[in-house]
Amino acid sequence: MAIAAGTFDTLELRGVGRSFGGATALADLDLTVRAGEFIALLGPSGCGKSTALNCLAGLLPLTHGEILIDGERVDTVAAEKRGFGMVFQNYALFPHLTVEKNIAFGLQMRGVAKPEIKRRVGEALELVKLEQHAKKLPGQLSGGQQQRVAIARAVVLEPRLVLMDEPLSNLDAKLRLEMRTEIRRLHQSLGLTTIYVTHDQEEALSMADRLVVLREGRVQQVGTPEELHNAPVNWHVADFMGYRNLIDLEVSAVAGNAVTVEGRGLTLRGTAVDPAAVGDHVRVAIRPEDLTVVSPGAPVQGGNTTSARVSVVEYHGREFAVGVMTPGGLALHVRSDHAPRVGSTVELTADPDRVRVYRAELEDPSRMSVEERELAEVRR
Amino acid sequence: MSAPTAGRGTPAARRGGRAARGKSTASMRHRLAERGVDVSLLMLLPALVFAVVLFIYPFSYGIGLTFQPTPAMQEQWGAGIWSNYVAFFRDGFIFDSVWITMRLALPVALFNVLVSIPVAFKLRHRFRGKKALTTLLVLPITLGTVLTAQGLLIFAGRQGWLNRFLLEIGVIDQPLQLVNNYLGVMFSLIISGFPFAFLLISSYLSGIDPSIEAAAKTMGADWKQRFRRITLPLLAPGLATTFILTFVLAFSVFPSARLVGDASGETRVMALMAYRAFGELLDYPMASTIAVMMGVVELVVIAVVLLWRSSMYKGSTGGKG
Repeated sequence: MAIAAGTFDTLELRGVGRSFGGATALADLDLTVRAGEFIALLGPSGCGKSTALNCLAGLLPLTHGEILIDGERVDTVAAEKRGFGMVFQNYALFPHLTVEKNIAFGLQMRGVAKPEIKRRVGEALELVKLEQHAKKLPGQLSGGQQQRVAIARAVVLEPRLVLMDEPLSNLDAKLRLEMRTEIRRLHQSLGLTTIYVTHDQEEALSMADRLVVLREGRVQQVGTPEELHNAPVNWHVADFMGYRNLIDLEVSAVAGNAVTVEGRGLTLRGTAVDPAAVGDHVRVAIRPEDLTVVSPGAPVQGGNTTSARVSVVEYHGREFAVGVMTPGGLALHVRSDHAPRVGSTVELTADPDRVRVYRAELEDPSRMSVEERELAEVRR
Repeated sequence: MSAPTAGRGTPAARRGGRAARGKSTASMRHRLAERGVDVSLLMLLPALVFAVVLFIYPFSYGIGLTFQPTPAMQEQWGAGIWSNYVAFFRDGFIFDSVWITMRLALPVALFNVLVSIPVAFKLRHRFRGKKALTTLLVLPITLGTVLTAQGLLIFAGRQGWLNRFLLEIGVIDQPLQLVNNYLGVMFSLIISGFPFAFLLISSYLSGIDPSIEAAAKTMGADWKQRFRRITLPLLAPGLATTFILTFVLAFSVFPSARLVGDASGETRVMALMAYRAFGELLDYPMASTIAVMMGVVELVVIAVVLLWRSSMYKGSTGGKG
């Protein structure tokens, strides 16, 4: 493949921040990206992930911090001179230019010679399998094809860095899966360093080498998909990573990491992520897949057992997703290898390792100001 | 109002075709409603009455008049029923007014469009005082032509504030001739036409998705290249429409040509000629002929602009348009 990625060794974000008027959209983003890495910025809407991307692209000036490539500042360079490729959420194709001319646009801006443009556009079209649509206008293409044009348009410039802003969010579910594989394939075959913004944790986990989880403009956790999936650092990240059961309980016994939590008619053994003492209010996070209905094929694990009444059963192919109600009135999402009858009472169990016990507050109290601490006290 | 009816008509017609093959079980009333024929059609009645009474009838009558030249005209120009038209093209005094009107309307329309573009660009972004500035730019819409003319006479006349001020500070030693000539009418047309051009271009500009320009930026295009290669082609159809509108407004100029112009010389526009034929010479057929020719000249200019526009991209521009 003649199209290759532009090269650098490291991209470094140091204390990058962006405020709009008085509101902080992004604060203290520190991140070092190695060449060829696929980084996903993940978070709910309004968490600052798109702001971070626009700051990187140069479409928004920074208000704090700096961005360096191999030690050289790029945040002071104008967007049109950074040499990054960007794929927009709504594709932002030039509606009045054909597919071919859309892809050629950046090359023309760089004064590349005509035969060279023709060759590279041809290769880019081949790369995204749109050869037969070269002469069409974007409006004549389907959503997935438009998305591929947007990607071709960005990679044909052999950018040092490709920025993608929720590129798949406007596609239907099936196409989304296809394009996900396609983007991953392009990334691996071209060695493109990619920063990918998404609110879809499944997308991020399946595509990225490393994930950055953001909340309210602040980084919550940076790690590999495995780290985030298995060991979220706080309940917010856990919530985002599919720990659908978040239960507020009280610590009743502590033995090192192993804690026993109870409340609302429920007693569970779990693993403390943050230091916990008896009497602490904690938030317990369990994935539905880790909380199962006891059956001959799924025995009680670690002595963890509790009973609940079945309220809804969904068929999920190899297993059943079951909604249950505990005697204390807690709704839980669990899995089962058989279909329990609605209204019947079942036994639930979970491996204590997979019952993660978090501090209920997200902010570290020692880092909070006096006012913030008082406010937190009142809220409790 | 006719658009939704027509839109409903096509699928209904197809359904009708199917019903004809089998026997339709729907009631007559229901089938008519499917074709858009129901009581709600009555809502079109006022518009229809107005169109017939105030436009179609007088317009046809006027055209009919042009083919009934006065005996004097027939004697002077011959050509039977065509004598008014012959007079229009042969009589230099009348025919020159076409160029006089063009000489006013074309530069004014061009000026209004070209000046609106950068202003609309600047006002696209949010900044302090944007509302006040927009209001200031649009306010002249509320001024009538007469008020504008009066203001111009007082402000820019030979004894006006502007001339007196300039004389006082010694910039000039003869008062500038700014009204009662070509310039005066031009100023007046710009004052009344600019707000329309600005409002229209602003709305066309807001119809262009800003991320399209951002994309061009990340692909290495500087602002000149972005404007020339992306924004201008997407804006061109809107510019054509705006040009046509301000051109037509300026072309039919009448009050200001008389009040702040030189009605017997530089600003002897077509509308004035028609009025003269009607009001002073009492030659209704000739007045109608000049009015009809005004329409023809406007249509020619509009056709040329639309022809140019048809070579442009006219589809969606991705914005909130």
